[in-house]
Amino acid sequence: MITIEVNNQTIEAKSGQTILAALKAAGVTVPTLCHLDDLPPSGACRMCVVEVEGRGGLIPSCAYPVAEGMKIKTHSPRVVRARKTIIELLLADHPDDCLYCVRSGNCELQKLAEQYGVRERRFTGARSSHHLDTSSPSIVRDPAKCILCGRCVRVCEEIQGVSCIDFLGRGSRTIVGTAFNQGLNVSSCIHCGQCILACPTGALREQDCLKEVFNALKDPDTFVVVQHAPSVSVSLAEEFGMKPGVDVCGIMTAALRQLGFDRVFDTGFSADLTIMEEASELARRIRQGGPLPMLTSCSPGWIKFVEQFYPDFMPHLSTCKSPQQMMGAILKSYFAETEGIDPARIFSVSIMPCTAKKFEAQRPEMIHDGIADIDAVITTREFAKLIRAHGLELSRLAPDVADSPFGMRSSAGKLFGATGGVMEAALRTAHYLLTGSEMPIEPIKELRGLKGIKRAHLQIGELQVGVAVASNLSNARALLDEIAAGRSDLHFIEVMTCPGGCINGGGQPLHADPQAISERMKRLYKIDRDDPLHCSHNNPEIIRLYRDYLGEPLGERSHQLLHTHYSERTVYA
Amino acid sequence: MPVSSTSMADRIETILTRYPNGKRDALIPLLQDIQEDLGFLSRQAVLQVGRHLNLPASKIYGVATFYNQFRFEPQGRFHIQVCRGTACHVKGSAIVLETLQQHLGIGPNQTSRDGQFSLEVVACIGACGLAPVISINGEFFGGVTPEKIPDIIEAVRRQDQKDPDHDQHF
Repeated sequence: MITIEVNNQTIEAKSGQTILAALKAAGVTVPTLCHLDDLPPSGACRMCVVEVEGRGGLIPSCAYPVAEGMKIKTHSPRVVRARKTIIELLLADHPDDCLYCVRSGNCELQKLAEQYGVRERRFTGARSSHHLDTSSPSIVRDPAKCILCGRCVRVCEEIQGVSCIDFLGRGSRTIVGTAFNQGLNVSSCIHCGQCILACPTGALREQDCLKEVFNALKDPDTFVVVQHAPSVSVSLAEEFGMKPGVDVCGIMTAALRQLGFDRVFDTGFSADLTIMEEASELARRIRQGGPLPMLTSCSPGWIKFVEQFYPDFMPHLSTCKSPQQMMGAILKSYFAETEGIDPARIFSVSIMPCTAKKFEAQRPEMIHDGIADIDAVITTREFAKLIRAHGLELSRLAPDVADSPFGMRSSAGKLFGATGGVMEAALRTAHYLLTGSEMPIEPIKELRGLKGIKRAHLQIGELQVGVAVASNLSNARALLDEIAAGRSDLHFIEVMTCPGGCINGGGQPLHADPQAISERMKRLYKIDRDDPLHCSHNNPEIIRLYRDYLGEPLGERSHQLLHTHYSERTVYA
Repeated sequence: MPVSSTSMADRIETILTRYPNGKRDALIPLLQDIQEDLGFLSRQAVLQVGRHLNLPASKIYGVATFYNQFRFEPQGRFHIQVCRGTACHVKGSAIVLETLQQHLGIGPNQTSRDGQFSLEVVACIGACGLAPVISINGEFFGGVTPEKIPDIIEAVRRQDQKDPDHDQHF
């Protein structure tokens, strides 16, 4: 430990720490725009500058290590003036349309302009003109609102290992763009939306699907069904000022009823269905010799990643559709038949923590004879907007239960929302399928928590099963490279595209810190501990669905409705 | 004559073999070699270089767009360089550039659809005494005014018709 002086107060800091980290630990707030925790500093925005005694220039605190006896001023007049000038210069080439911006009230630039008292335009100059990129089904890019902080570029490269975007051009003409400055739709973008979470302004946002949902709800001839993903109920509350980790599943269901949805279902149910199919597929691959390791297929960003970067691994991907798509397929077949509704009249909405789900729903394999399994995907954030637009107060709604038959889920299905959850859920059912006996239900500690790569070796009957779990695609890439290099002890690998899994998906509430992600995760674990139904294969509604309609896992009807195929993609990458 | 995409790929491949075990520091010399051979950086070239050096295409495109020297479209039969150096600027090169863009319907670093004209902005071509100056396939035209531009363009076209191999001399 070393001692430094900050604004005339003595604080302790760890040697080797950056000034910014030391200040943060001591509770001193310094504004940042380009800084991302856990990534190397880029020092691009200079918002974090401080005065260090004995140094002439202002020092970027994010990229400068502390030293014993250092005397720092974080808010001296000189520092404040420099920061204000930076904000004014950024605003000089920024559209003045805050009122119409999706990030109004939620924008870091706007907040800083307010904090630093920018109330007049000091600089006027040429404005750059840009095209809005609306080519992606998931993400809209608006370079006009980009302040070139580079957070999206770094997340895409350093966290996701995709490197779809980079800085193009030079000087005042610099923009962030794809290779050849093409639309995102033909780029290597995997639609994960982590760049949206990273963006301080409205330059990156999801492709809005609320209008379609509004229209469907208004139309008396349309039968509107909705499903919500396991991680949405543990993050939505944050949009309404509640603390992270509150579960609002019942309240959310009540809200959806009030909004006018005809049926409210739980994607946790189709997560159970996914487990039935996926665990059966794993058991079959183990019995019939592969190809192993089997890779999970629930996360659509990951699927596109494999299709474009690792096509040799496509035979390893489970052929199971994701829970969203399984629910969609069942709703437009079995549900439509039993309720006597023409599938063309059903409008199927899903509420997801994810922007890539929008892309997935539009994949041609997910559309049959012009009827899509899923008609509209909205993110947790869009769902919050829908609730606000209807003036619903969550605190005044009494919890409600989802509709039968696709509203009941096991806690295994709920675990799908966090990294390692699909693996745990699948192992419970695979154990039953391979040995005929139930696995003891206790957390598999090696597979829990926010670590990027987790591994475990488990005894299932005679068989020593090796499993691994990766969240974020740099970690997935590392695992795939190990396997390509000959590693062969693994039978099953779960990959979730986003760091920490769906609880930290690209469609989740903005500005969540690692603590909030951890709280969302803990809540899912608590639900798993407290719920009475722990295994997908014991969900009575799942058992009934197989008995009445599907037959058996991997059977003909399952194959037709619940499985899919993949194809190699050529992208500019 | 347009280069077919397979022969283009082969030509790029030949250049890549000059950089075995290339790392990212080989990027710029490699791009320069390719542009020297093909006259521009095609998409295919960027992708092939990416595979060779194990670099994402966005990164290569980012580096290549940082420097003025790289172009992404083949040069036109008539390659026009407009000097925007200080002396030319003082003598009105901005309006010269503007007029050329309007007259040809292309912007800097673009090539007209018929492949006839391409436009490039350069910092100083060292002929300040002739300011404002443009160069067409290496031939200098000094004291250019917006009014003279249609005549200059027409003159190089006519000369080309008389002597179709004209641009080969440069």
